[in-house]
Amino acid sequence: MKRTPFFSLHQQAGAKIVPFGGFEMPVQYTGIMDEHRCVRERVGVFDVSHMGEFFVTGPNAAAFVQSVTVNDVTKLSAGAVQYSAMCYDDGGIVDDLLVYMLGVDSYMLVVNASNIQKDFDWLKSHTMDGADLVNRSDEYALLAVQGPNAEAMLQPLTAAVLSDLDYYHFTQGEYAGVPMIISRTGYTGEKGYELYFAPECADTVWNALFEAGRQYGIAPIGLGARDTLRLEMGFCLYGNDIDATTNPLEAGLGWITKLTKGEFIGKAALVQAKASGLTRKLVGLTFSEKVIPRHGYVIEHDGAAVGIITSGTFSPTLGSGIAMGYVQSMYAAQGTQLEVDIRGKKTAAVVAPIPFLKR
Amino acid sequence: MNLPENLNYTKDHEWVRLEGSIGVIGITDYAQGELGDIVFVEVPPIGRKVEAGQVFGTVEAVKAVSDLYSPITGEIVEVNKEIQDSPELVNKEPYERGWMIKVKIENEADLAPLLDLAAYKNLIAK
Repeated sequence: MKRTPFFSLHQQAGAKIVPFGGFEMPVQYTGIMDEHRCVRERVGVFDVSHMGEFFVTGPNAAAFVQSVTVNDVTKLSAGAVQYSAMCYDDGGIVDDLLVYMLGVDSYMLVVNASNIQKDFDWLKSHTMDGADLVNRSDEYALLAVQGPNAEAMLQPLTAAVLSDLDYYHFTQGEYAGVPMIISRTGYTGEKGYELYFAPECADTVWNALFEAGRQYGIAPIGLGARDTLRLEMGFCLYGNDIDATTNPLEAGLGWITKLTKGEFIGKAALVQAKASGLTRKLVGLTFSEKVIPRHGYVIEHDGAAVGIITSGTFSPTLGSGIAMGYVQSMYAAQGTQLEVDIRGKKTAAVVAPIPFLKR
Repeated sequence: MNLPENLNYTKDHEWVRLEGSIGVIGITDYAQGELGDIVFVEVPPIGRKVEAGQVFGTVEAVKAVSDLYSPITGEIVEVNKEIQDSPELVNKEPYERGWMIKVKIENEADLAPLLDLAAYKNLIAK
C-alpha cells in the first residue's frame, strides 16, 4: 500500500484512513456532512496525490494523444485543460482523464490512481514514433483547494492572478514560494484550484494553505465528502459509473466524445453504437422516501429489472437520497417513474436531471 | 470513547439499559463512530415484537448501511421520534437522546448472554 507525502499530516489532523486505489487515503476527518458543507460554503483541501501524471512530448505528441482519447486535442491551446476519456477498440472506457497542454508538443495526462499501471501499459502499447511517454506520478504531490473562498484564500501567497484564470485553464507559477502548476479545475462543482508540485514541498504547501485559510474556514476533506460532492454534480467515478463495460455515449459523456474529429481508438465502435441507438443510458434518480440508494441496487419498472445503480448516496445539500445508474433507454426520459429495490423494499424513484444541484 | 458501566452490550454493538421491566436499546459510541454521519434510522412501530439476536431495524449512514440486532425479546412500547428528525443525535448522544426503541422485557434471562463493559471493551479492542 502506497502513501502520499501528506500521510502523516492526515494522521495529525485526525483522519480515518482507508485503502483506496492502492493508497492509504483519508476517508474523513470530522465527518462527511461537515466536510461536504465546508466545501459548499467555505473552502476545503483534498489530497489527491494518488492521481497519476503522465507526460507526452515530441513532434507527434498531439497526434498520439489525439489517437488515444475521445475529445479533440486540437481544440486545446497551451495553458488549457480538457476532460477526456480513453477507450478500448470496443468503445469500453479505459479511464477518464484530464489532458493538459503544457506547450507545443508537450502534454500532461492526469489519470485515476487505481488505473495508473493499466493506463500506462495501454498507452505504451499504442505509442507512436515521435511521442515519448513517461509516468511521473511519483514526482507530483497534488492538492485540490475547492470552495467559494478558494480564490480569496489562495491569492495572497501567489503572484499568479487567479481571477484571470478561466475554468479549465492553468498557469505555471509559485504558491508560498513553491513552483507549481495552478489549475482552475476540480471535481466538486465549486470554484476551485488544483496544485501540482514536488512531493518534497508537501509540508510547506499544506501548512501555508491552512495558515492562510484559517480566516476563511478552511478544513481538510476526505474521500467520503469527495464522493458526495461529485455525486451531487453527477460527475462519473471510474470503477462505479464508468468502466471497460460502459461506453462514453451511454455514460452521458457524449459532450467530450468527438466522433467527427478523425481517427481514435474506439471510434468505429462508438459510431456504430450511436447509429444503432444506445440500449441504455446513465441517468440521475431522486427519491422522496427516506432512503439511501447504493451501488449495485436493482432499478425496476413494473416489477421487472430495467437497470442498476452505479453510485448512490445521501445528498447533504438536498437532504435526500440521490443516485446514478444505467437504465434501458426507454426508461431514461426525465420524470420517468421507476422503483429501486432497497434491500427488499421497492422504493419509488424518479429520473431526474443531472446535475442534481442547480448552480 | 464513551462506554458506560451500567449497560449490557451485544457483539453487534447495540446496548440495552434496564429501566424496571423496560429495556432501552441503542447503538454504542464505537458503532456510531465506525458508521460516521447517520442520516436515517428505521425501526418498527410500537406494538411490534423484537427477538433477541434478530434484526429489528437498520441505520443508514452516508457511507454505509447497518442492521440493528435486538439484545432482548419483547414488545416495542416506545420508539424515539426525536431521532427521526434529528438522526445526528445517535452520533452525538448514543446513550441518551440517541436511544432507538424501548422494549417490554419478557425474560430477564435474555440479559445473561450479553456482554458486560469489560467483555465489550475486549471485543472492540480486537
